[in-house]
Amino acid sequence: MKALDQEPLDLIVTGVGGQGNVLASQVLGRALLAAGYQVTVGETYGLSQRGGPVMSMVRVTQEKVMGPVIPAHSAAALVSLEPLEALRVLGTYGHPGVVVLTNDRPLLPLNVIAGADRYPELAELKQALSENCAKLYWLPATETALTLGNPILANVIMLGALGATGLLPIGAGEMEAALGAMFPESKMGVNRRALAKGAELAAAA
Amino acid sequence: MADLTKLTPGQRTLLQGNEAIARGALEAGVSLAAAYPGNPSSEILESLADSAASAGIYVEWSANEKVALEAAAGASFTGLRAMASMKQNGVNVCQDFICNLTISGTKGGIVLVTADDPGSISSTNEQDARFIAKLAELPLLEPSTPAECLAMMRFAFELSEQIGNLVVLRSISRLSHTRAGVTPGPLPASRPRPYWDPKVAWHTLPTVPRHRVMLEKLAQAGRIMSAAGFNAYRGPERPELLVIASASSALYAGEARDRLGVASRVGLLKLGCTWPLDEALLLKHLASTEQILFAEEVDPFIEDGVKALYAQHAPELGVKRFFGAATGHTPPVGELSPDVLASALGQILGREPATVDPAYLERVAERVAALVPPREFGFCPGCPHRASFWAMKQVLAVDGRDGLVSGDIGCYSLAMLPTGFKRANAVHCMGSGPGVAGGLGQLRGQGFTQPVITTVGDSTFFHAALPAIINARWNRSDFVLVVLDNSATAMTGFQPHPGTGQTATGREGTQLDPETVLKALGVPCQVVDPYDMQATQQALYDAVQASGGVRALILRRVCALVQNKRGGHPYTMSVDQDKCRGQDCGCHRFCSRVFRCPGLFFDEAAGKAMIDPVVCVGCGVCTQICPAGAIQAEPRKEAAA
Repeated sequence: MKALDQEPLDLIVTGVGGQGNVLASQVLGRALLAAGYQVTVGETYGLSQRGGPVMSMVRVTQEKVMGPVIPAHSAAALVSLEPLEALRVLGTYGHPGVVVLTNDRPLLPLNVIAGADRYPELAELKQALSENCAKLYWLPATETALTLGNPILANVIMLGALGATGLLPIGAGEMEAALGAMFPESKMGVNRRALAKGAELAAAA
Repeated sequence: MADLTKLTPGQRTLLQGNEAIARGALEAGVSLAAAYPGNPSSEILESLADSAASAGIYVEWSANEKVALEAAAGASFTGLRAMASMKQNGVNVCQDFICNLTISGTKGGIVLVTADDPGSISSTNEQDARFIAKLAELPLLEPSTPAECLAMMRFAFELSEQIGNLVVLRSISRLSHTRAGVTPGPLPASRPRPYWDPKVAWHTLPTVPRHRVMLEKLAQAGRIMSAAGFNAYRGPERPELLVIASASSALYAGEARDRLGVASRVGLLKLGCTWPLDEALLLKHLASTEQILFAEEVDPFIEDGVKALYAQHAPELGVKRFFGAATGHTPPVGELSPDVLASALGQILGREPATVDPAYLERVAERVAALVPPREFGFCPGCPHRASFWAMKQVLAVDGRDGLVSGDIGCYSLAMLPTGFKRANAVHCMGSGPGVAGGLGQLRGQGFTQPVITTVGDSTFFHAALPAIINARWNRSDFVLVVLDNSATAMTGFQPHPGTGQTATGREGTQLDPETVLKALGVPCQVVDPYDMQATQQALYDAVQASGGVRALILRRVCALVQNKRGGHPYTMSVDQDKCRGQDCGCHRFCSRVFRCPGLFFDEAAGKAMIDPVVCVGCGVCTQICPAGAIQAEPRKEAAA
């Protein structure tokens, strides 16, 4: 078991209900636990499949048992499956040293669709994120997922990207094994490709 | 969920709090488990259902929580171990039975699991169900980690058998939905054979002497619980401040103490057994300090109990200062967090929690305020409820008599919000929709002329709506009953119910359809597909115009998320950009502004409506709302029928 650079290593996975946020955090949790770490994954769902924002918190230590809630402004990394949600969560959990990885594909809130609110220009959003974190990975995860045949794969692509940042004490192999424990082998081919694509995107960012 | 009997004893596994509760029950040898679904409790029974065949036990989704606990009690009377799990609202539903079961007592270990929802993350309330323990003189356990969920379930069954009464285990959303490493123990090799000696009766008479017995059982439980090791103190011998905490708050308190760097000044008494309170332990710790802070969610349950204990012993203990909900150091509503407790500790001890550069915080807060709009909850793309409430909105508008919709509990509760066109005028609890409508429908003689519609889901119909419908039929109330039948308990994760005919374990059950039940009650009833907007609006209009008695409309269309899993919806949608009149359309962007489907938006740059292909599921409903006929539905080649 590799020593952690910081303890606890606090990660947030956020997005919109239905994007596979809980699954992504569960893959991280399983992979880290299998590597010998103590992991606590706090999930918020319920109404979450009904279009609202969702967030999972993954807390990693060598020994200590952590609560399921990360204190404000102390996440080491923030993985977002939707760009607006990245900024929303940065407002509460960000700090100058946080690393942000976000999918660049907007999902419009209903209130924006109705014309009551405005979705920011992507350039504005990207700038606000990059100016307020240590490093921003602005990644075309949905677009890449569509080339693999299904937009839902954006979550696995983002995991692949996170694995390539060097922030985790585990590598792609452990995440692949965790995915393998949750999916039948027939679905693993596309999941492996999604992990690899994510890693490529992060390396190029 | 997964078959939890397949876990390897001794091998640490990532388990959700709810799965750990289920595994604990399996290890304790539970023979019957029953529940009604409700977040955050649902995965407990789902895990047990998926383990039932391997474990050789009986697991069911019951029609409601009261029936579930009664079934568990039946098993307990035969000497088997049994449990019922539910969300906090469910405890209310079975409260009558609880308050009588506690008098009769029980035989085989029996546990009631309530998963409360501080912060109301997925509930209509954030009620603190711990009070049932006090009300019914029952022992109460509050785990703080998934590992403790497992250990406490094992203990709870033992304790129940030792005292001969029901034991309550209270989880909360954050714990039920936390995953952490849990090391399972062994499963039992065998279970007792159920037998109820017919010479034995379980009842409540004579009540008063039995009430005395209940209190003796509770005192006995207290003695057993104090030796169980679930209450623990960490900190200096004479702390400047003692934090008394339960559940996740105990972890938050520990983290807050570490972050403030006050571990040498603050003691943490974590209580896992919270009713009856361990008086000897509390008195010892009260004597060791001058200041006490309580950390618990939601109500001051422990706080008030400890203060009452202190009042009895104030002469020996001397003056103390108590902090908590009463003093505003912890909020009396919503969830706690490490931050809330760091702030409370900081306030009491005069220390500022370390924070990041204020300039950064100000800058980020400004960007969030400027750029990030809220994200409203809404019906999913393709949701039949959107179409159903669209019909109610249109029909009541055309009717023009200020018609009302008495809503109920389910996904369709969201009709209070713009997604349902704010067309739910009242939403309270399971079954209250037709109950409230029943009262309104009796006011005609007093000049009440507004039409009344009530909506109930298919699962809610069987759970609690039937007595209200029977009452309305008997007393000849006057309203339109709309059964929103999406063939699933959708809000809580698509569990089966009597109307689906499926059961928790996949064994075939008997399907009960609402129309047969309604017809048997003499309620006239018509079934319509809500996706067919014209037919739905016509049927609803006719029902609203008719008067006298209860008349029903069943709007039947499977939940869109279930349909996604069954091979998807039939269409590929698009907006004909030539036909779309954009801003010049007299309807002022009716399709996106009012209809509010997440898959149909207005592209400001193009000045036209568009389909978002990543979001749209292809239900085809929106073709019926565009006055220009610009929304097109092409049959999808690989579509399921």
